[in-house]
Amino acid sequence: MPKCTSLAFVSAGSALLCFAAPAMGQGVISGNEFNPAISLILDGQFSRYSNDAEDYEISGFALDEEAGLTAEGFSLDESELNISANVDDWFYGFADIVFEDDENETEVELEEIYFESLALPAGWTIKGGKFLSAVGYHNAFHPHSWDFADEPLAYRAMVAGAFTDVGAQARWIAPTGIFLQFGAEGFRGAAYPASGSANDGAGAWSVFAKLGGDLGQSHSWKAGVSLLSYKADGWDTDLDGGSLSLDGDGDLVVAELVWKWAPDGNARNRNFKFQAEYLHRSENGDTTLEIPGVSSQGEYDIEQDGLYVQAVYQWRRGWRTGLRYDWLSADNDLDDLGVATPFDSDDRDPERMTAMIDYAHTEYSRLRFQVSRDDSSDNSDTQVLLQYQLSLGPHGAHQF
Amino acid sequence: MNIRLLFTLLPLCVAPLQATALELFTCEPEWAALASELGGDRVQVYSAVTGRQDVHVIQARPSLIAKIRTADLVVCTGADLESAWLPVLLRQGANPAVRPGSPGFLEAARHVPMLDRPENLDRAEGDLHPMGNPHIQLDPRNIARVAVVLSERLAKLDPSGAEYYDARGEDFRVRWENAIADWETRAAPLKGMPIVTQHRSWTYLVDWLGLNEVANLEPKPGIEPSTSHLASLLSVVEDAGVALIVRSSYQSSRAAEWLSRKTGIPAVVLPHTVGSMEGVDDLFAVFERILTQLTEAAE
Repeated sequence: MPKCTSLAFVSAGSALLCFAAPAMGQGVISGNEFNPAISLILDGQFSRYSNDAEDYEISGFALDEEAGLTAEGFSLDESELNISANVDDWFYGFADIVFEDDENETEVELEEIYFESLALPAGWTIKGGKFLSAVGYHNAFHPHSWDFADEPLAYRAMVAGAFTDVGAQARWIAPTGIFLQFGAEGFRGAAYPASGSANDGAGAWSVFAKLGGDLGQSHSWKAGVSLLSYKADGWDTDLDGGSLSLDGDGDLVVAELVWKWAPDGNARNRNFKFQAEYLHRSENGDTTLEIPGVSSQGEYDIEQDGLYVQAVYQWRRGWRTGLRYDWLSADNDLDDLGVATPFDSDDRDPERMTAMIDYAHTEYSRLRFQVSRDDSSDNSDTQVLLQYQLSLGPHGAHQF
Repeated sequence: MNIRLLFTLLPLCVAPLQATALELFTCEPEWAALASELGGDRVQVYSAVTGRQDVHVIQARPSLIAKIRTADLVVCTGADLESAWLPVLLRQGANPAVRPGSPGFLEAARHVPMLDRPENLDRAEGDLHPMGNPHIQLDPRNIARVAVVLSERLAKLDPSGAEYYDARGEDFRVRWENAIADWETRAAPLKGMPIVTQHRSWTYLVDWLGLNEVANLEPKPGIEPSTSHLASLLSVVEDAGVALIVRSSYQSSRAAEWLSRKTGIPAVVLPHTVGSMEGVDDLFAVFERILTQLTEAAE
């Protein structure tokens, strides 16, 4: 036993244990030794809104059907089932299956299901399948790792929460002391703000660059810029008993900045996180209005800006409090269709202010109380909610 | 820039690079210290966690991804200690040379006998590690075990330095062996000494020195000390005649100080690794300081 002889130098006074490989499950092939890591996220809330959640709108923004408020009262947010494992020495596989409960009907959605390469040389990684785009910072996080119960307004308005679509991603990390990453993605273009899977199922693409590092022991940061370019091919929204549909091309530019602090870099007791993103979306093309009695064609040209700034402070182990400010602005230019559309902005820039406090008993459980003053439309809305987020199974990943 | 100055500075920048053969990324500072002992000038070592940080709450931050990207060898404790962030770093770092299972990845816990392997895996019992208690570095005999494997690994990855690593390994072995003998002699009177610790991160020290770990300030592993639990400790601690309340520098002093105030038992910070306290700059200093503080408390 070479291991024993090589260890034999350790002082004679100390008892030494020498291990042979334990004989495990001899002759038993149960077939489940290679089970992937499985985790289930339980996420639910109780909420009260001063306005009717069904009437939620953001002035000047035509919301996708996926975007809006969680149903009022008792409701389940996304219950996620995550399954992941290394496939072999070349591939890693991940699936995030989301169950949504809508008035006792369960909807199942493949939020993410992708593979990632493990063995490419020189800092390259390739990803394929359906996944959350690396555009922006907030986009790639699942709801249970958000710092607030809901997404930033800019994400709600411009990408219906998050941009996830079927496609492929290639990314490269530079061999530098500072973190420097470049990447590009191609997508079907089936998910908002793209739609219709234009160009024979290749209707959206993106490029991104990220930079990050540490400042001393206590500070770390990440910054990035990204561009998502897409085709909206027949995206439509209900209007006056008919529909308004758009065919156009759009670009979404996102600038992100994250800064974290902890005394000596020890986040156990106290830490601080600052996060800000600026989104600019421009899109133009043709409109088609089909409502009973009216059928008209025209052109549209929209410019949208969005910004959010948030800060979260943990003042003692488990306890955090956070503040978030959201702002949006739309400059829409549509040919007169003769009817009111969601693109009509009533000369107000939507705003929202949010405060939250949460307590994590362990890394696996979190309870949150959140209050928002949402001035997204003329009817100012106060949103109060109590949320739980529990995680069953393996330890969650500590993403930066 | 002044040309002459440039020529003066240039060799200073290049010289250490020429000597360095391997770039090491360690998760914890004890492995960084060990790698420096064994690898000397031929290795350049970076530790993801410092002695002042809690290894459980590290995030896969950009600087760590960048370091993994260029590393030749990753040395970590393993046994699930870094499971929240190391897998992310390894995937994001896109460096197949240090993938688990390859020569560029060394998991220390695989080479030492593990203690505290839980019989029942239930999160209601706290943050358990299925493979056993991962805080293996506080038994110096474990350091010796890992040293053997690490020396071999350095020689394998950098064959032209094999003799160099061999010589340094032998030198360290002798010094470490002598130190262990000295510590064990001094620790003989400490056998059975009752102590209270904050988190179950001192198990290997307790086992090595034969101390008596009466209770933990955490009601369950990884769960914040609660007032009710601390109150319940009062009688336990007094009955057992506890000599010392021990915590790590990264842990809040609140609970330990409360218990100390109530009972009059001294609360101390012991170095759990290299760099965790002022003046604890290498592996020898870690155990030297622990022994000094424990023997002082026993007097």
